[in-house]
Amino acid sequence: MVSATATNEQRVWDELARIPDPEIPAISVVDLGVIGSVAVDDDRVRVELLPTFVGCPAIGVMQDQITERVGAMGIARAVEVVVSMDPPWTSDRITPAGRERLRLSGFAPPAPVPTGPALGVLDELAVLPIAECPYCGSRNTTMENPFGPTLCRAIYHCADCRQPFEQFKRV
Amino acid sequence: MTDFDAITRAATAELLLTVADDEFVIGFWDSEWTGIAPMLEEDVATSSIAQDEIGHARALYELLATLTDDDPDRIAYGREPDGYRHAALLDHARGDWAFSVARRYLYETADKVRLTALAQSSREPLALLAGKMRREETYHLLHADAWLRRLAGAPDASGRLADALRSLWPDAQEIFAPLAGEEALDRAGILPTPLRALHADWQHRVRPILEPITGPLPDAAPSLDGRERHGDDFRWLHGQFTMVARQEAGATW
Repeated sequence: MVSATATNEQRVWDELARIPDPEIPAISVVDLGVIGSVAVDDDRVRVELLPTFVGCPAIGVMQDQITERVGAMGIARAVEVVVSMDPPWTSDRITPAGRERLRLSGFAPPAPVPTGPALGVLDELAVLPIAECPYCGSRNTTMENPFGPTLCRAIYHCADCRQPFEQFKRV
Repeated sequence: MTDFDAITRAATAELLLTVADDEFVIGFWDSEWTGIAPMLEEDVATSSIAQDEIGHARALYELLATLTDDDPDRIAYGREPDGYRHAALLDHARGDWAFSVARRYLYETADKVRLTALAQSSREPLALLAGKMRREETYHLLHADAWLRRLAGAPDASGRLADALRSLWPDAQEIFAPLAGEEALDRAGILPTPLRALHADWQHRVRPILEPITGPLPDAAPSLDGRERHGDDFRWLHGQFTMVARQEAGATW
């Protein structure tokens, strides 16, 4: 039965890849990197959901959508969607395909999270606001507001093509 | 985390409650700017920060509830004002914009020092959550820092900012007020750096930034009751944020 379980897990992943993020529907929950794991046994499907931001109000909507869509597949009697911080979601979990989809829909993808020794209380400020314009590719951009329409989005302006745009925040 | 006896458990609960209440109360004060901030961008920013903080508080209350077998909503909304453990810094009404910026700056810098320590906690769920919160809080600090510099450089605002920073300075120390059972947290590695050391670290970092604005700031230390003095400002806010919960007891939303 191992192969059937493995196949079912793949089917769940495939279905999740068709569920859009409620706040940025251009990207799926899989490409957003919020699916931590999928486990299938005879009785239930267990999906671990890693919130992008701790206070993200879309978590409940995602749980409901995943429960409904995976439930409709008829693989198991129950679907359990558990919110987890282990591992914590970071913007590096967005897949290359997801980053490209963000860019095509006018969002700058987040810059990579810096590695190395932890930065001091104020040192991080100097390296935080980096965004590449999704329209013309320029890095001659300025952060207008680190807060945008949702918790995960910041507002920028491109000095070259003079477009305002949003960035999916780096966290 | 080998030594999780009743004393350590109670001290951990107290630690979680203080951090959660700080985030919860400052989040509600921030939300008092929604719709009336000095410019549209700041309506968005203060509302977004408020949502972050209340979200952080919810996650901490949930962690606390698993420890004490309680209900997170009851902890958040079911206490009398005197049962809250936020620091004195957060007990004041939102004031004018300079006052809010001053408080935000003091709070964000202190919170960052605290979260950096908690991210190393031996209690794994707390360490994971603190690490995640810290990355989000960087944006709050960026915002507070930008406004501090902006107001400090403007003729009318710089005086108001300096007054607010000086008047809030003593109460800001209370973020690091001693906790009941702190020795147990230290022993178990749940709070890997003592509050006293975090307080010294924070002062060392913020003085060089604040004193050019305020002039010399007095030596100030946290007090034993720094999280227990609540005044009329907070009682009013408590009435506001518990209003729905009181009107529809047991409602789900």
